Amino acid sequence: MVLSAAPPAPEHLDQGWIPRLEPLLAAGRAAGADLVEVFLERTDHLGMLAEQDAITSVSPSFGRGAGIRVFRGVRDGFVSTNDLSETGLLRALEQALGMLGLELSARSASPFEGLGSLKDYGAAKHDWLPRCPAMGEAGARLLEATALLQRHGRHLQARRSQYARDWQEILVAASDGTVARDIRLHQSLGLNVLAADGDHRAGLGRRYGTSGRPDDLRHWDADASAQDVCGSAATMLYAGYVEAGQMPAVLANRFGGVIFHEACGHLLETTQVERGTTPFAEKIGEPIAHSAVTAIDEGLSDGAFGSLSIDDEGMEAQRTVLIENGVLKRFLSDRAGEMRTGHPRTGSGRRQSHSFAAASRMRNTYIAPGPHTPEELIASVDRGLYCKSMGGGSVGPTGQFNFAVEEGYLIENGALTKPVKGATLIGEAKEVMPRISMCANDLDLAAGFCGSVSGSIFVTVGQPHIKVDSITVGGR
Amino acid sequence: MTTGTAHNPRPDSEPSQGLDAPALQERLTSLAARQGIRQWDLGASCSTDTSVQVDRGEAKQMKGAQRSAITVRVWNSDGLVGITSTSDLSDSGLQKALAGAQAASAFGNPEDTPGFSPLATAPLASLDQPSHPPQPILELLSTLQQAERTLLDSHPAIGTVPYNGLAQRSSERLYLNSDGACRHQRLTTASVYLYARAEEEGRKPRSAGAMRLAYGASDLDIDGCISEAAERTISHLHYAPIPTGRYTCVFSPEAFLDLIGAFSSLFNARAVLDGVSLSNRSSLGEALAVPFLSIHDNGLHPGNVGASAFDGEGTPTRRLALVEGGVLRNFLHSEATARAFGVAPTGHAGMGAKVSVGPDWFEIGPSAGSDGGQQGLDRFNTDEPLVWIDSLSALHAGVKASQGAFSLPFDGWLVRNGQARSIEAATVAGDIRQVLQGIIGFEGEAKVTPDGLCPHVWVEGLSITGDA
Repeated sequence: MVLSAAPPAPEHLDQGWIPRLEPLLAAGRAAGADLVEVFLERTDHLGMLAEQDAITSVSPSFGRGAGIRVFRGVRDGFVSTNDLSETGLLRALEQALGMLGLELSARSASPFEGLGSLKDYGAAKHDWLPRCPAMGEAGARLLEATALLQRHGRHLQARRSQYARDWQEILVAASDGTVARDIRLHQSLGLNVLAADGDHRAGLGRRYGTSGRPDDLRHWDADASAQDVCGSAATMLYAGYVEAGQMPAVLANRFGGVIFHEACGHLLETTQVERGTTPFAEKIGEPIAHSAVTAIDEGLSDGAFGSLSIDDEGMEAQRTVLIENGVLKRFLSDRAGEMRTGHPRTGSGRRQSHSFAAASRMRNTYIAPGPHTPEELIASVDRGLYCKSMGGGSVGPTGQFNFAVEEGYLIENGALTKPVKGATLIGEAKEVMPRISMCANDLDLAAGFCGSVSGSIFVTVGQPHIKVDSITVGGR
Repeated sequence: MTTGTAHNPRPDSEPSQGLDAPALQERLTSLAARQGIRQWDLGASCSTDTSVQVDRGEAKQMKGAQRSAITVRVWNSDGLVGITSTSDLSDSGLQKALAGAQAASAFGNPEDTPGFSPLATAPLASLDQPSHPPQPILELLSTLQQAERTLLDSHPAIGTVPYNGLAQRSSERLYLNSDGACRHQRLTTASVYLYARAEEEGRKPRSAGAMRLAYGASDLDIDGCISEAAERTISHLHYAPIPTGRYTCVFSPEAFLDLIGAFSSLFNARAVLDGVSLSNRSSLGEALAVPFLSIHDNGLHPGNVGASAFDGEGTPTRRLALVEGGVLRNFLHSEATARAFGVAPTGHAGMGAKVSVGPDWFEIGPSAGSDGGQQGLDRFNTDEPLVWIDSLSALHAGVKASQGAFSLPFDGWLVRNGQARSIEAATVAGDIRQVLQGIIGFEGEAKVTPDGLCPHVWVEGLSITGDA
């Protein structure tokens, strides 16, 4: 790990790598592995932060590495390394084989028949990185945003805008002949304010994110975003705390979709089937939600944060209908999930980076629109909670989920009244999904990050306005 | 050149892992000079990890990783700082990192520029961190399979251990700067966690777990981890909903440390300067909590497995009083925040163009010389019903650190007439200042946990939302 004097590996992850990878895959198969998979990665990240009226942090970073996974039966061993030299990769393969009790052998014949022709999904994306805003341009947009926050906000004690640009080049090669390359580009912006007036305080944030659109920072409507977050902060600054209890709730569109993500989406990943932690494991073809609910996970929503041309196992992303009119249709499956549970792969094998083995994960996940207007949903509630903006959430091994409400309002006699803060919604997937009884016609998506077994990944959540007949609202 | 070394000498038979500090310093000096960079510093780390997971007797996943990373900061001719990180430690990778940092330095903040810590060459504490050679991964697998089997056999309702893992790590970290500071630490650590899921006919599934840390896999208290995971999981089988209301709550050491950790911006000088802390510059010397509460940050405590001898700027780690006698005494500092406050850095910095500040390991308990609050507290011998909070969930979502508010799901028990009954599903909500002022006292001896040292803490009048 001292500075290397050895010749560096090829800079780009392209065709030039195939002659280096084929002997590796052949060696793994000769050693007795059923399948060998290599995931190569190069990354180029830029993070910027503006606070008040100054750029306070600029953090570029570069990375490269490889993850090697070896299967024997349904067991697998996985090794990651930053050393992309031939020696480094061979060492990693040897270690992965050793985990399964296998050894490299010079004498055994390999059943590996070579890689197919490269499927290059990155060929048309070479100009993405140079087309992204450079540091100076990005910094200027962030300063413009914090100035707009100052213009639109009241009682602001802190103003922040953040920009992150993540460029990733990957090459996946496996001993079943798979060889595919892609380039991904994700950009995200965050605005955060802290409003304070005496003992009243409100911290609010918004995130905007896209994939595959180098110009998006230039096209971002900073003024509208600043008005949005400042408006919410002004409303919540003097809000009282929510009264806790069981009540109906109407959840707004966009990031309201986190309820499906946490309450149900994770439980439809084969990772959970393998662990025995989903109550839906044997429920294909059975109703698991109200008939008003149709839920979809897809890889290719145009520009959405969770979009992929291929997953991290080299498979083209699909549109997967998970629940149709309340009936469970499919699970999200990766390579290991298919081997271990029998559910066919859906192009859902995802990982944060080369240092994680892929696992079945969500991409762009949303509840489909229904026939109602948002006003009809609110009008149907005598006394309940309107959740306009959500914070994060989580789900545990028993299917119990929770998420925070950043901006909420009481619903009284079918109309929105007072703003309230401090609410947390908790529940259990099996119980809550049948209580989503109404969906509105205003589907919208929002960008987010999801942390799970294979790291933190870019995802989209989404839904129209939905009504949950009864849910536990925690508060003071 | 001053070298701070915070590890025991390695046995001759153990291969060196790889960060060669003098060679790296020489190379950086040469590369920086070539690019006209006079002032720079560098943080480097490398590690080798192996870990296993099992599923009902079978190996689920076995993993290994070799990681390396370098963060380089440079100061340009205007004194502004730029930074770049890379996992590419080759010559070309370092050159690219230096060039990137130099480009970023054009956007450095002239109002808040970090400098070298004045303590980057001060002597380091000697840490007792015995180095362990790694165990073969198949031995780890066998140990974990046995642990899983024992846990599954401990109660018929325990059907799976869906989250489990046994991991070991050998790591090194470095801090170097162009003034000759050179810090180097090697460390081996191991961890095991077992999180069981239990379900009885017609009842909801329940789960709980435990974890242990040590300097090597052979030192892990596996039996203790199994017993604790089994005991906690079984204790949640007999559950019932809890009526919504206000309760006296008893926080387990782990839960209270989690809560204090989530609100550590109270003690964070960076957050104070940024205006996002509940504290401000004049808060020092003010009463923050009941007069018998003490909170120290002490990364050097012997119970802190994997302690760092120095922070990201090379400043030695040390014990620091944050709250003493209920009064806020000190903030956690980096070099830059310490300079802004006119004090010495405290050893809590990360590394960055804007340096982050964070706690190491808390010691919480009664202040020396105080009465320690109400005496003889015993949750099983009390008249009023109380809520025993074992673990808090979703701190990332349910804590509003800059507002002081929290609303968090938890696992725990309702204790009535000496009997504890698991709570089906509930949240606890409040304000951290209300918690710190509402502490009644402490129960039992302080317990060493991965995040710190703390006894059970009694707090009055917190809002609990249940299903009933």
